[in-house]
Amino acid sequence: MARTRPAPVWLLAAGAIVGAAAVLPAAYLAVVVFGDFSAAMETALSSRALETLLRTAALTAAVVAASVALALPIGWLTVRTDLPGRRLWAVLCTLPLVIPSYVGAYLLVAALGPKGMVQDALGIELPSIYGFFGAWLVLTLFTYPLVLIPLRATLRGIDPQLEDAARAMGRGPLEVFRSIVLPQLWPVIAAGSLLVALFTISDFGAVSILRFDSFTSEIYIAYQSSFDRVAAAALGSVLVVAMLGLLFASSRVRSARRVHRLGPGTLRPTRPYRLGRWRWPALAFCALVVLVAFVLPVGVLIYWASKGISTGSTSWDTIAALGGNSLLIAVWAAAAGAIAALVVAALAVRYPSRATRAIERLSHAGYALPGILVALGLVFFATRAVPALYQTIALLVFAMTIHYLPLAIGPTASSLIQLSPRIEEAARGMGRGPAEVFRTITIPLARGGVMAGAALVFLHAMKELTVTLILSPIGFKTLATDIWTQTTYGFYEASAIPALVLLAVAAVPVYLLSEQGAAPP
Amino acid sequence: MIPPLSQRTRLLAALAVFAALVLLAGCGFSTEGSSGGGSNEPDVEGITLYSGRIPAAIGPAVDSYEAEADRDVQVRFAETADLAATLVEEGDASPADVFFAQEPGAIAAVAEAGLLTKLPQDILDRVPARYRDPEGRWVGVTGRARVIAYNKDVVEESELPPSPFGLTAPKWKDRVGWSPASSSMQEYVTALRAKYGDDRTKQWLEEMVDNGAVSFPDNVTIRDAIAKGEIDVGLINHYYVAQAIGEEGPDYPVAVYFPPGGLGSLMLLTSVGVLESSDRKPEAFAFVRSLLSDRSQAFFTSSSKEYPLAKGAKPDPSLSVPVNKIPVSDSSLVDLKEIQGTIELMQESGAL
Repeated sequence: MARTRPAPVWLLAAGAIVGAAAVLPAAYLAVVVFGDFSAAMETALSSRALETLLRTAALTAAVVAASVALALPIGWLTVRTDLPGRRLWAVLCTLPLVIPSYVGAYLLVAALGPKGMVQDALGIELPSIYGFFGAWLVLTLFTYPLVLIPLRATLRGIDPQLEDAARAMGRGPLEVFRSIVLPQLWPVIAAGSLLVALFTISDFGAVSILRFDSFTSEIYIAYQSSFDRVAAAALGSVLVVAMLGLLFASSRVRSARRVHRLGPGTLRPTRPYRLGRWRWPALAFCALVVLVAFVLPVGVLIYWASKGISTGSTSWDTIAALGGNSLLIAVWAAAAGAIAALVVAALAVRYPSRATRAIERLSHAGYALPGILVALGLVFFATRAVPALYQTIALLVFAMTIHYLPLAIGPTASSLIQLSPRIEEAARGMGRGPAEVFRTITIPLARGGVMAGAALVFLHAMKELTVTLILSPIGFKTLATDIWTQTTYGFYEASAIPALVLLAVAAVPVYLLSEQGAAPP
Repeated sequence: MIPPLSQRTRLLAALAVFAALVLLAGCGFSTEGSSGGGSNEPDVEGITLYSGRIPAAIGPAVDSYEAEADRDVQVRFAETADLAATLVEEGDASPADVFFAQEPGAIAAVAEAGLLTKLPQDILDRVPARYRDPEGRWVGVTGRARVIAYNKDVVEESELPPSPFGLTAPKWKDRVGWSPASSSMQEYVTALRAKYGDDRTKQWLEEMVDNGAVSFPDNVTIRDAIAKGEIDVGLINHYYVAQAIGEEGPDYPVAVYFPPGGLGSLMLLTSVGVLESSDRKPEAFAFVRSLLSDRSQAFFTSSSKEYPLAKGAKPDPSLSVPVNKIPVSDSSLVDLKEIQGTIELMQESGAL
């Protein structure tokens, strides 16, 4: 294989800008921590912080393991088998991603909690939903699609020739899967798991409702109760360090694996595996996941919404305006996120070096932090450096982009990894400049991954709450802030309609994402 | 049967729906972009309010000021603590003129950071001394009492103890809900420490934990858990129950009980202050006066069943316990170091 060329200067410059932007919230933490270093260290290194960190690590490991355990069979069943209605199952199994974790948590408590709807209906006592179990369940159900989506896309893109060869040599389906398919899936499993893990360590909504004392709970206690910004920043810095650890672990799995096809020509479609009578348990498995992760929570919402509509507390004009605002932010953040991710991913995949790897890692900083720290970081810098932009749409979009950038980097990098650099090298050999190759070859061929990344950013920006409340233009309301307004006082019925509209709008990119898995790369 | 659509058709259809939604977004923004403040006319001078109270809990009070003063009020709604943290980071560059805090610790934190200006004497005089900052940087607007809420289908009022100290009895094992992470509970514990000392307070916290007190994130979730029968009693703020009765009707199963003994109940203040960095202080002071007017005070107590704190304001008739029967903690409200000590005590006792 050809030695890697040095990255073109314009791409490096763009990457440096993205990296610098993404690292702003972490830089804010550093400013505060170094303002009172000894106090910060006392908090960060306290036995309480360590204990909470270990507890959070255990939760993260459990959520990641369960997410992979769900995504792997669902991905394989919906891409490589003759499962009846597999397209539909693919969409349905991706849909839980549209449910914000804080909404999902209170919906599952309403449905599965003590004296909840299911216990009432069945008349039986379920195990307690609170604590580790509940947090694990909710975070798994609403984040596992982050593994499923890239997994399906990659399964589609795997060259069937190796499998056919292995099968021709007499290996059974399980053996083929283990020795041929699985090794090719590890990079995307690692990438998806990383996103699930970062989501888990930064989530506050679900863990607080389900009463699991996570690391973010400590951060919230630090600044919500004692208004101790040094302690909050010190704990936030611990999350950044934890993130670097997770990135390192994930890159160990991803590194040194050549996964683009070597043979010439286009992909030949694979013959689906016949499930035979295994299709019944397979269907039951998919149905169970969809039932708990989607039908149940949405059912509760529809029930509340029907009560809310009958009391006439909804104005459709308001809902439409809120939806418009949510879309506006989400679309801009998705576009900005896609471009920034393409820069970072292209650098990291095509021109691996110490500098490009550093840019990729730093770009994840905003995702490992709870929203409040991202928001406060930008309050700090914007009021000092660019007061004219403070609390404008532009700053809000900027904040969302750096908060959710890693969601777009993952799929973009995966599609670049699958794309053989030889095509680009051939174009270079024919005399095209690097910028032109990037524009005419790299971007069009990596389109699927870029679109998938944009859709993920869109989805999360739609759901985002804390950053919006603090950084939006004054008086600017979205579906998510409206849900917050209603649920703060426990007006669940009134919150159900904006929540359902949010889910409906967010379902569009989810549909595109699951089609992405079905389309040829 | 409808023939299956091709891949491309479906993708295009989805993109078309998406494009339509985005188009809607543009229209939506143009109409909604300047809502929240009310008036769209940019030439009306206005003030900016950071509000820890949700729109329903403040809207009419803002409207009446806007109408009377012919001024626009732009409101940013968020969690009180988030807004306090934001104000601290903004410093002198804050666009806010007024801060309306839902919880007492937050405004003390902002005051301590030197961000609040001293209020004029006529405003301070509107509120009894025990409901305002001794240094005059903020005043209480409404009061919310810490009470015991209970499920009246399961518990008789006569069974309830004279103060939360009695909830550590074996009778209440696994039946009590509380919210150690909420600032209202922490304020209450701070007041206990001031009155009974750290040792007695810690002992109570430990006994509560040993007695299986169930931790909830906030008051609303405790109330809902009592209504559902998950738990039978809970330590919450009084008005959350009054609001639910207003929504659900008199059959709502949760009732409140003002424990008569010692620090059985405690008044927590929602409070307002004016930012030192504001260049519209006269308007900001006028807005604070408006919040303390008879009209606004009557709105607060009738809509949210909170206690009005301005002199001469009458509590809603449904509030059977008179305002001066509910103790106020004098030291804790202004001293953040006390809250820090409370958190440490709660962490040591396993409550937090």
